Amino acid sequence: MADPPRPEQELIRRRQRSGARATAWVLAAFIILVFLITIAKIWVNR
Amino acid sequence: MPAITATQHLPADWRDLFALTKPRVMTLVVFTGLCGLLAAHGAMNPVLAFASVLCIALGAGGAAALNQWYEADLDAKMKRTADRPLPAGRLSRDTALHFGIGLSAASVMLMDLAANHLAAAILAFSIFFYAVVYTVWLKRRTPQNIVIGGAAGAFPPLIGWVAATGELALLPVLLFLLIFLWTPPHFWALSLFVRSDYAAAGIPMLPVVAGAEATRRQIALYSLPMAAVAVAPWLLGLTGALYGIVAVALSAFFVFLSLGVLANRATEPAAMGPEKRLFAFSVLYLFLLFGAVACDRLANRYAPTLLG
Repeated sequence: MADPPRPEQELIRRRQRSGARATAWVLAAFIILVFLITIAKIWVNR
Repeated sequence: MPAITATQHLPADWRDLFALTKPRVMTLVVFTGLCGLLAAHGAMNPVLAFASVLCIALGAGGAAALNQWYEADLDAKMKRTADRPLPAGRLSRDTALHFGIGLSAASVMLMDLAANHLAAAILAFSIFFYAVVYTVWLKRRTPQNIVIGGAAGAFPPLIGWVAATGELALLPVLLFLLIFLWTPPHFWALSLFVRSDYAAAGIPMLPVVAGAEATRRQIALYSLPMAAVAVAPWLLGLTGALYGIVAVALSAFFVFLSLGVLANRATEPAAMGPEKRLFAFSVLYLFLLFGAVACDRLANRYAPTLLG
């Protein structure tokens, strides 16, 4: 039977999960923003 | 510092990364940038306007992160800053450095994409000015650090204007000068009542090097050209009466408070009421003045249309 995770390991995992989630959100927002800027630029330069 | 050793290997918490951007300072930066953009008469696509203001915020955040990365040792010595993520050991220095560089680079690239090359170039220069010229070069070397370094915080209205119009003009240059001349009295008022903090960290702020009396004289001296520059846009016909009235009233009160500081002889922070009042009012002053310039310019532009 595996040992139960130590509190410190649990904290590291939690931080890693929250960091990965935050990175995903930031990347998604960045992609959407670049897309919207591109559309707006096309619209302005029509 | 055992706290640093114990937590350095932990992945960063997003709250600490957010704190690294100095969100309270960023509020003023974003607001003045937005007002610069709104004061420009060029009509800007709302998506591009939003992206430009976001870039100003990201650039300010990146510069603040780089500033804290470089100054972690100083921050640890001052009560006011000892609990920041780096001196408190909640974040590794490498993470702060990568975060600062990443934010700064992203902000400049996005600004170039959303607005124009000139706005991106000024944004890049302002980040360089704050992170290198002020933080690395001036802050630890000269009591004039805040005078020259104040230029870094003065760029946002200029960037906002250039993002909207693609060119420079007299009004945004005056707004730049206004923040440039406002910064010394603002920071010297603060440094008078946290003088021991700066002295402990070995930062040559004016009250530490020249004493309280000389600092108070400088505060009063700087408030006069600052008030003149604040009123100049109205006198030069660049804004209307709405801004003129607000600028005259607020600047007169600013000068009045700075004369109160000049008259104060206290050496203990507890007795530095005039300094604390000037510091608190100076923040409100800039918010109200920039709000007024944006409202005035928007009113001048849209009122004739709305009134038929």
